[in-house]
Amino acid sequence: MHTLKFRGMTRTLGASLVTALVMGPGSALAKDEITMAVPTFTTGAGGPAFGVPGKQGVELLIDAINAGTMPAPYNTKGMGGARVKALVYDESGGNTKQVAELRNKVQKENVDLVVGYVSSGSCSAIAPVAEELKILTLLTVCGTPRVFEELVKEPKYVFRTINHAVASNLSLARYVVEKYGDKNGYTGVNPNYAWGQDSWRDFDMSMKVLAPKMIQTTTPQFPKLFGGQFGSEISAMLRAPEQIVHSSVWGGDIESLIFQGQPRGLFDNKLFLFTVGDSAVYRLGKQFPMGSLVGARGPYGIYASTELNKSPLNVWFQREYRARYKEQPSQAAYQYAQGVLAAKYAYDRAQAGNGGKFPSTDQVITALRGATFTSLAGTVRMSLSKGHQAVTEDMWGVLFWDMKLNEPMVRDVVTYPPECVNPPADALDSTEWIKAGMKGTKC
Amino acid sequence: MSRLADRTVIGLSISAVVLMALAALIPNWMLFIFLQSFARGAVALGLLVLWRSGLISFGHALYFAAGAYGAVFMQRMIANDAFAMVAAGLIASGALAFLLGFLLRQYRGIFFALLNMAFSMVLWGLLAKTEALGSTDGLSIVAPRFFGMVFAGDQSKLAIYFFAIVLTWMFSVAVHLYMKSTLGAMSTAVRENEIRLEYLGYSAHRAVHVKYVISALLAGFGGVLMGMTVGIVDPDSMAYWTVSGEFVFITILSGTGNVAATYIGAFVFEIIRSLAFQYSPKLWQLIMGGALLLIIMFLPNGLWSVMARLRKARAS
Repeated sequence: MHTLKFRGMTRTLGASLVTALVMGPGSALAKDEITMAVPTFTTGAGGPAFGVPGKQGVELLIDAINAGTMPAPYNTKGMGGARVKALVYDESGGNTKQVAELRNKVQKENVDLVVGYVSSGSCSAIAPVAEELKILTLLTVCGTPRVFEELVKEPKYVFRTINHAVASNLSLARYVVEKYGDKNGYTGVNPNYAWGQDSWRDFDMSMKVLAPKMIQTTTPQFPKLFGGQFGSEISAMLRAPEQIVHSSVWGGDIESLIFQGQPRGLFDNKLFLFTVGDSAVYRLGKQFPMGSLVGARGPYGIYASTELNKSPLNVWFQREYRARYKEQPSQAAYQYAQGVLAAKYAYDRAQAGNGGKFPSTDQVITALRGATFTSLAGTVRMSLSKGHQAVTEDMWGVLFWDMKLNEPMVRDVVTYPPECVNPPADALDSTEWIKAGMKGTKC
Repeated sequence: MSRLADRTVIGLSISAVVLMALAALIPNWMLFIFLQSFARGAVALGLLVLWRSGLISFGHALYFAAGAYGAVFMQRMIANDAFAMVAAGLIASGALAFLLGFLLRQYRGIFFALLNMAFSMVLWGLLAKTEALGSTDGLSIVAPRFFGMVFAGDQSKLAIYFFAIVLTWMFSVAVHLYMKSTLGAMSTAVRENEIRLEYLGYSAHRAVHVKYVISALLAGFGGVLMGMTVGIVDPDSMAYWTVSGEFVFITILSGTGNVAATYIGAFVFEIIRSLAFQYSPKLWQLIMGGALLLIIMFLPNGLWSVMARLRKARAS
């Protein structure tokens, strides 16, 4: 019996060892192809709002890059001369699983770089791990400033190619004070998790600095994320004396809030500020309450329609995207594409600096750190957090239905320059920076 | 053979040594899967302790999270040391289980299972809605020190790996010896007939309470280990009810035959998930569910029953 039991043990261990060897590091990749891991929501609630457009933006760009059909300055084939293969995978399942998956992608599947992540939770979880694994990682959508302000203070491998979330709430506060300073106050309906809590805090703090007289008296509402029922929140909003309601709801929540609020006249009485409304505007079409403010976390989506942005790169993207997917590109399509373009820019620039040979990861990092590059929707400057955090313009406007185009459009658009809505490079904590009165902004 | 050093203890000790030696051979991602298996295996071991008394908990993520958050606050506020973090995790989960035990020990069956789940969701809600506790983004854990020794980069993962093996070995041997003891043997009595147990002069409530605290301590240890391995603790991957479901999954997968079974079960769980995710990114949940169904249909007593069958086949 003793030996049998022992044999059972060794057998199990043997099996695990065999598994380890079979699935061990794959063969080294040839230098003519690089593999780009693209995490995004392929299942779950984040899919339709962010995952699907994000994936489509990446696929469109990668096909064009491999074929060399993009307009200048990206009209060369491949990245650093190498073909690109995108490996899109699911971001759902929680932070622990994302960390495990990143390890698998790097250590088992030998990807060369990672471009993606929608959720701030994923970004917070994987940023320190990406540094540990020494994998070039371009965060595309997630907004929490904690990534570089708290978790990875000395970044080398991790970059973010979009404004962090403070910018969109600060620019929104500027827009509200400028256009609706006469309204009597504001309150909020935000989902009760990190994104909703942070969004409200940043907006509320910015408002307190910019318009100290325009206070909020009604308790802001924090409904459960994807709870589905907004009945009591809508009642509370209707009773509230404030005319302005700040809301960072997205996905199924934005639809629930709109469909349940409309019959009760919520949007006729209140001015809603949907901070990521763009992610639902095209899907909901005419059902989206016109006259609301919709945000896109920067000059993306509806703010990059060819009515507002006529740059050749953008006109090309709009045309190709609409032709291929029979729908308008919303913000995530632009944001993911921006990550891909940042990679292309960095690889090409590093290749040029390397005498035309394929560059090392360190050379790519040097090329991207602190760089300024042209993206689909405008100029991106990697100027914060030691050259690893991007700043761009931000735009706000009022939603209306454009009869001529027969699709949603924005009017009264104000464009805020990056220096106006982002903290300066020496501000270590953006929340503290807002509280202290936002010193150093140039508007 | 002495009473303490039986086959299981010897087997566990040899496995521990072999796993340590393996560190030199296996790739880094495999090390990570082993670490996760130790963490989830520890929780499943806790469930096994309860299961032997006929109790199943759908809420052990409660103690998994309590342990992990205990470790985070130990690291942030008091001492950045792996041993201190384990101690904090054990205190947090143990104290919570001791208090809740007074209520839960009175319930059996589905009521016990679901009350546990209810409490775990209370903790989940509390964590997800409180910004000071990191909300849904969670809180990060940096590489811990070991009695003042600092390891950097790959060495730090290796240090955690050895640390995990030693502690896991200690806890597993302790649980095994406990289950052989008189109090441990009462598990079956609680499951079979509580009234008889009471007539023998033992308190069934007390026996359940002790087992509940032991299982919570193991879950808390698992939580600390998971936090150190992953580098972040957050309510969705620590306290949500689906996490408790994964632990029950692993326990069913393993079977109750032996303490070592839970670790093998946890390892198989990680491997299935990792492969399912790699080869079918859209259907991985379906594959996990399918695997569970197959286990229930063909191996109702878990993976460990394969060993027993082999042994029987060999003997006949």
